[in-house]
Amino acid sequence: MRRFLSVRIFYSILTLWLLTIIVFTMVRLTGDPATLWTDYPGVSEEDLDMVRERWGLNEPQITQYWKFVSNIFRGDFGTSFQFSMSVTDIYFQRLPNSLLLGATSFLISLIIGVPLGILSAVKVNSRWDSIGKLIALLGLSVPGFFVGLCLILVFGVQLGWLPILGKGDQFFDIRYLIMPAFSLGWYFAGSLLRLTRSSMLEVLGSDYVKLARLKGMPEIVVIAKHAFKNAMIPVLTLAGLQLVLMINVAVVVEVIFQWPGVGSLLIEALLGRDFPVVQGAVLMAGAMIVGINLLLDVLYAMVDPRIRISG
Amino acid sequence: MSQISSVKNATVLIFPSIQRIILKSRNLPILPIAIIVAVLFLAIFANLISPHDPERSVKDTETGRPIDNYLPPFWMDGGSIRTPLGTDFHSRDILSRLIHGSRVSLIVGLVGTLAAGLVGTTLGITAGYLGGWWDQIIMRVTDAWLALPSLIFAIFLASVLRPSLWNIVIILALVFWSRYTRQIRAEVLALRERDYVRLAEVTGASRLRVMVKHILPNTLNTVMVLFSLTIGVAIIIEASLSFLGIGVPPPKPAWGLMMADGRGPLIAGKWWISVFPGLCIMLLVLASNLLGDWLRVRLDPQLRNR
Repeated sequence: MRRFLSVRIFYSILTLWLLTIIVFTMVRLTGDPATLWTDYPGVSEEDLDMVRERWGLNEPQITQYWKFVSNIFRGDFGTSFQFSMSVTDIYFQRLPNSLLLGATSFLISLIIGVPLGILSAVKVNSRWDSIGKLIALLGLSVPGFFVGLCLILVFGVQLGWLPILGKGDQFFDIRYLIMPAFSLGWYFAGSLLRLTRSSMLEVLGSDYVKLARLKGMPEIVVIAKHAFKNAMIPVLTLAGLQLVLMINVAVVVEVIFQWPGVGSLLIEALLGRDFPVVQGAVLMAGAMIVGINLLLDVLYAMVDPRIRISG
Repeated sequence: MSQISSVKNATVLIFPSIQRIILKSRNLPILPIAIIVAVLFLAIFANLISPHDPERSVKDTETGRPIDNYLPPFWMDGGSIRTPLGTDFHSRDILSRLIHGSRVSLIVGLVGTLAAGLVGTTLGITAGYLGGWWDQIIMRVTDAWLALPSLIFAIFLASVLRPSLWNIVIILALVFWSRYTRQIRAEVLALRERDYVRLAEVTGASRLRVMVKHILPNTLNTVMVLFSLTIGVAIIIEASLSFLGIGVPPPKPAWGLMMADGRGPLIAGKWWISVFPGLCIMLLVLASNLLGDWLRVRLDPQLRNR
């Protein structure tokens, strides 16, 4: 187990390191970063020189990269141009809002995806199965921002039931939360449904379920006790990854509903040419995904001894 | 001579599967194919079909001045059949903009995914077949690449590159190649242990020849499935970028951009500016996903009863 852990942690660090290289090179491949960071009409050559001086862009690439990485290592992503605060402070100010939205969407996608997936698998090729397939397909095909706009149109504008924009004064206000959470959870419900269905089908065809049936157990016990538990392992893995993904891909939904999360922070920074914030948000997203993958790997190994021995 | 025969063999290897799929299958997915053909048709003949210039306001035939903006679709009060789906804030015809917008979605979706497929498949095959340090490097980079959510990565690249149609294509290629690499490599690892590959190696075929002639044709099914499933995501990402204002720059009509234009009016109840392009995106993505699913099931008999 210790060997397995150290290998996995090594790979995660390697991935993060490569990620910093990717971000560092992408920014510099496309030209002078100074012009990227100060892109406004009538920018003078002196201004650009000042930026280069301040950001150390005149130094050799290796020195620049070393500074870039060692700053990140200390949790220092630089200072925002727009807000003149450190990037980490701004990011962690916004993160709770994103977590709230992500968790709610996650619940919604679980509530839609898992029961329907089980139902489609248990009653395979029935009408329930067709409905499940349709919902899964729509989940994957209808972009969340279109769902969001339709919700605003129906519940916000036509019916006037729900507030359209923002988050409200309280941290948790379901009236503001429900529409963005549904738009975001929509896509993930589709993929959860698919996975639950195929995982259930696989388990239902397995020998131990057949044995349970042969023993004459009631169908409900077979499904709830034997099939469900085992079918949930891959589903929960995906769900864990999705929770992290949701926090990070909520960009468009956050923009539509003007939800003050990290996604809208990224866009505000982008449109305001606030490059340190963009870079910080991107790296944080990568770090979160690498972290959750590591966590899932370790959890898996704890559950299943075969993995930790071969891995 | 040997070149001719190798080309012939390759076509024999590739085409039976495609032929078998298209000619010999019942329950062909008519609806998705119809939608995709229709969108292709609109995109190719956009100049001939669209009633108005998509980037200019529609002029009144008598006075020569622009007609009202925010005209509703023709079936609502105040709508006119001249602009069947209404007009936007610049009095531009929404129908014409939708027709021209199909070009952006298709070009970006198809070319971006194709480029990603080319890069990803090449890297996947070489990594899987050659192995060693090359494999290690490619796979570690792929892992790092996959650690970024595709939308975040696309947004980041859009912030570095200047927005333009072809830059969006480049962005999608840069974002999606890693999906192919991971999957193709896994498949090549199994393929290279097969007898016919071993035989080719024993008879002295060069590594390049083995990869091109023996490995590549056998990965094409997977490539096709990945391709059809990635197009939908690529179209949504393009629409998202355009929606956020970092995609295809205005006044060029892109569906995502049109939806963003309609966001303000939508809150005032003028729904048609956003909803029509949204429906178009939905239909196109739906069609490509259905086609992709169908292909996946056709090409993988194990999945047929799922």
